[in-house]
Amino acid sequence: MGELIQVGMAECKLARPPDKLMTAGLGSCVGICLLDPITKIASMCHIMLPYCHHDKPAVNPGKYADTAILAAVGAMHRSGADTDHLIAKIAGGAQMFRFSGNSDIFKIGQRNVLSVEENLEKNKIQLLGKDIGGNVGRTIVFDPATGNLAIRTIHEGDKII
Amino acid sequence: MQLDVLREIANIGAGNAATALATMLKSRIEISVPHALIMPFADVPGFMGGAEAHSVGIYFHVSGPAQASILLVMPVEKAAQLLEMLLGTSPASMSGPFSNLEYSALMELGNILSSSYLNALSSFTRISFKPSPPALAVDMVGSILNTILSQYGEVSEMVLVMETGFKKDKVDVVGNIFLLPEPDSLNTLFNALGVVV
Repeated sequence: MGELIQVGMAECKLARPPDKLMTAGLGSCVGICLLDPITKIASMCHIMLPYCHHDKPAVNPGKYADTAILAAVGAMHRSGADTDHLIAKIAGGAQMFRFSGNSDIFKIGQRNVLSVEENLEKNKIQLLGKDIGGNVGRTIVFDPATGNLAIRTIHEGDKII
Repeated sequence: MQLDVLREIANIGAGNAATALATMLKSRIEISVPHALIMPFADVPGFMGGAEAHSVGIYFHVSGPAQASILLVMPVEKAAQLLEMLLGTSPASMSGPFSNLEYSALMELGNILSSSYLNALSSFTRISFKPSPPALAVDMVGSILNTILSQYGEVSEMVLVMETGFKKDKVDVVGNIFLLPEPDSLNTLFNALGVVV
């Protein structure tokens, strides 16, 4: 039996089989799962924001889509993964507050997803599956052994992508 | 010392909100000992009941010289019980989703509690706090927090969370009210209270 490694908000973690990666309660944040299908080395990041605007290196790269993807690829590479052939699955980016005034902060989910997709492409990582947007909170579990991403919600049932 | 001052602020705000809640529900409402803690983002959902806890969150952005967020978090079944007391009829579902009328009632409840909290803070600090209209979500606590905390993520690695719980008839926990001052607001608050930072 493997371990279920918990990834908190703004964190990035690595795993290999039989361990799995999990992040609970994704709202506007996006869970980014990367996998090297050959070595089965995987990573999961729980990003909060689309871009790191600072000119100095981010204190915590896991917070932003652009820096988190770079940091995850770097860490996977150092662990022996072939980072030229990574695949990705993503989930989250919802708009949780339905009864809001018109404030830009409520569009953060959409901006997060756009940045994640853009940065995956920039790093030549193939996006194989996504479950994004809507008004729903998601808990996700990524299994490096199979590449399956299991998604659990309160209001819309469960699925695997 | 500074965290003691913040706990006192939470106590004063939540005390006033509890009085408003007691009047509305015609019940006895007590508040818990307030907490004021600085923590990394990853720890906040656990502190607010667990990332996956099915909850109602009512959120207000507070503008003015000391910007902040106010968030009211209630387990979904407690929110359903409150609706029953407020509206006099059982809600459409005890676990959500609720009807539009029920959502309106919850947002109004949030309005009253957050205004009472901020009014008490205003008279104590002589700073004016202006809450936004309410925003409501019914889902996992972690997912509700994402949007709120991402605003803090732009400027900070940690967040200050001030928490007070409401208890009805001594035992029954109704929910918690959280004040999250933005990093720049802390000096404004401390200056207003004459606390040397």
